[in-house]
Amino acid sequence: MAFAFNDDSEKQFQWLLKRYPEKRAALLPCFRLAEEQQGFVDQASMEYIATRLELAPAYVNGVFTFYSHYRRPEDGKYIVMVCATLPCGLMGAQQVADCFKDELKLGMGETSSDKKFSLRKVECLGSCTTAPVAQINDDYFENLTPQKIKEIVGALKEDKVPPHISNGPSLEGGRCSYRPMVEAFPEGK
Amino acid sequence: MLIKDYKPVLFDGAYQKDEWTLGRYVAKGGYEAAKKVLAMPRDPNTRNVPAMIDEIKKSSLRGRGGAGFPTGMKWSFVDYKSKKPRYLAVNFDESEPGTCKDRVVGTYNPHMIIEGCLIAMHTVGIENAYIYIRGEFVEVFDHLTRACAEAYKAGYLGRNVLGSGFDFHVQPHRGAGAYICGEETGLLSSLEGDRGYPKVKPPFPAVEGAWRSPTVVNNASTIASLPFIIKTGADAYSMIGAKPGPDGKPVKNDSPGSQVYCLSGHVKKPGNYEHPMCLTMRELVFELGGGMKDDIPLKAIIPGGSSMPLMRYDGKSYTGSNGKEITDSLDMQMSFDELKKAGSLLGSAAVIVMNERVCMVSALYNLVRFYHHESCGQCTPCREGSGWLEKIISKIYHGKGKPDDFERLYNVATQMSGTTICLLADSVAMPVGATITKFKEEFQHICKTGKSMVVEKFGEKAIRL
Repeated sequence: MAFAFNDDSEKQFQWLLKRYPEKRAALLPCFRLAEEQQGFVDQASMEYIATRLELAPAYVNGVFTFYSHYRRPEDGKYIVMVCATLPCGLMGAQQVADCFKDELKLGMGETSSDKKFSLRKVECLGSCTTAPVAQINDDYFENLTPQKIKEIVGALKEDKVPPHISNGPSLEGGRCSYRPMVEAFPEGK
Repeated sequence: MLIKDYKPVLFDGAYQKDEWTLGRYVAKGGYEAAKKVLAMPRDPNTRNVPAMIDEIKKSSLRGRGGAGFPTGMKWSFVDYKSKKPRYLAVNFDESEPGTCKDRVVGTYNPHMIIEGCLIAMHTVGIENAYIYIRGEFVEVFDHLTRACAEAYKAGYLGRNVLGSGFDFHVQPHRGAGAYICGEETGLLSSLEGDRGYPKVKPPFPAVEGAWRSPTVVNNASTIASLPFIIKTGADAYSMIGAKPGPDGKPVKNDSPGSQVYCLSGHVKKPGNYEHPMCLTMRELVFELGGGMKDDIPLKAIIPGGSSMPLMRYDGKSYTGSNGKEITDSLDMQMSFDELKKAGSLLGSAAVIVMNERVCMVSALYNLVRFYHHESCGQCTPCREGSGWLEKIISKIYHGKGKPDDFERLYNVATQMSGTTICLLADSVAMPVGATITKFKEEFQHICKTGKSMVVEKFGEKAIRL
């Protein structure tokens, strides 16, 4: 399937080009633009980005696969990332992982057949003082307990905003874009 | 020496909703320091402000990223003869296990970072700054982007800022889940749109960094400390954390200013505690942290993020590498130099506390798995070494270790140290070396009997990660 930036992405793309001394530097932000626009980064969008930035598609693919945080087409709608590194491990990350496994009826690293949930173990999420922690899509869930996990998964199954989100409530939607800066300083340079 | 009424600097206003907006920041006296610095003239030949570099040197500010390198000195190493543009890269790729201080500063005080950028940029003679934020920190990226937008609208960023005649731009840049991008040259590679591969030093970034231009790379908390230094003055800042000497006069701390200690693990009150670096481990864990969770005795503490050597606190001594019996003390000062003397490092001041029920073999297995996962794969000793370490520890952990596996662990770890482009190999070798030296009997026991010593002692209550 062909991919092209829509008007909003194109506007941000043109602005981003002015922000870096070299075109290539806009590569990581471009992956985010594609991710915002269609929900994931796939082969078609990578080839499109390669053309726009005058890079070899193989190079773009090589850079993309180095990083683990982009959404891929095969990922579920909700990616549940359970932190498993030492500080969370000490505070019961294994129980949290088991609890998510039971609630979602998924194994670690699996995606449900309806592509609604992906469950994975990740390394340190940088919220060690509130361990155990999990991130679901963009949101952090801290000091997790089995009861909290039950409520979170229950809400997500019905596509409702889950309880216990620890980041601020003023931030729903459009959190990952450069739009505020493009509007404040359209010249870019 | 615990200062009870210490007023936080970096965490001023932390955990308060909407505290991050420009209006609130300016009302607290924000951007006043930047105004003061931007009024200082630049040297036409070197395009920098030498007086300000001296001021930061005088403040004795040390980098808060982990190495504790003096910031003023770093700025003076910039190649000022080069005609190329200079860049500032702010390291916000906070991913060292245990560390979560920058996230709070970025979420609640983004303007403090932008103001710090302005100060650093004018001092060194930079037009463009990039804040490299780890991909997971969506809220930080959102707040910083919107704070930058506010600053552009208010004239704190953009063209001819505050009538100084200079342009200043700050650009938040999102990473995508790679620990190695927290290494300064790895960060620059990633910023340039490449894999986050670290580069060989020298040339150091100050001479040849981003886009082969002189680049200053500073941690986000270091940058956020700058406005306060300008406000209080370098001399006053350098006396923060000073202790009374024998003659009653205050003696300067080796690491002045406040540090954010990220206290995690088995304590009653885990959290981020901002305090001058004059307190001891005992004061941090037992006074600020409220003591051990459920009053289960202490076993070990990692004092500075997972790549630093851990300290043993179960009251037993161990044989050091020099053959001497050592007992670690809880009364050492949590500053860069004092901790180094005690055989560990302050690093990013991420203090991970473990109680006596933790199986050290499993804790080390967890850490080595992390480093194997995060090795960028560029250098063979790190890529293969971390993999082999994980395999050997996994074998030991599952009770299939042989008596000589213990030696093998030690050999692999020592052969990794200092043989790679960046410090990731050392970051895995250091905890492996320290853990197997300090808890030798636990490793020998499981290698010999196939059973965890801690599980034998505590049964169901043992913590095996």
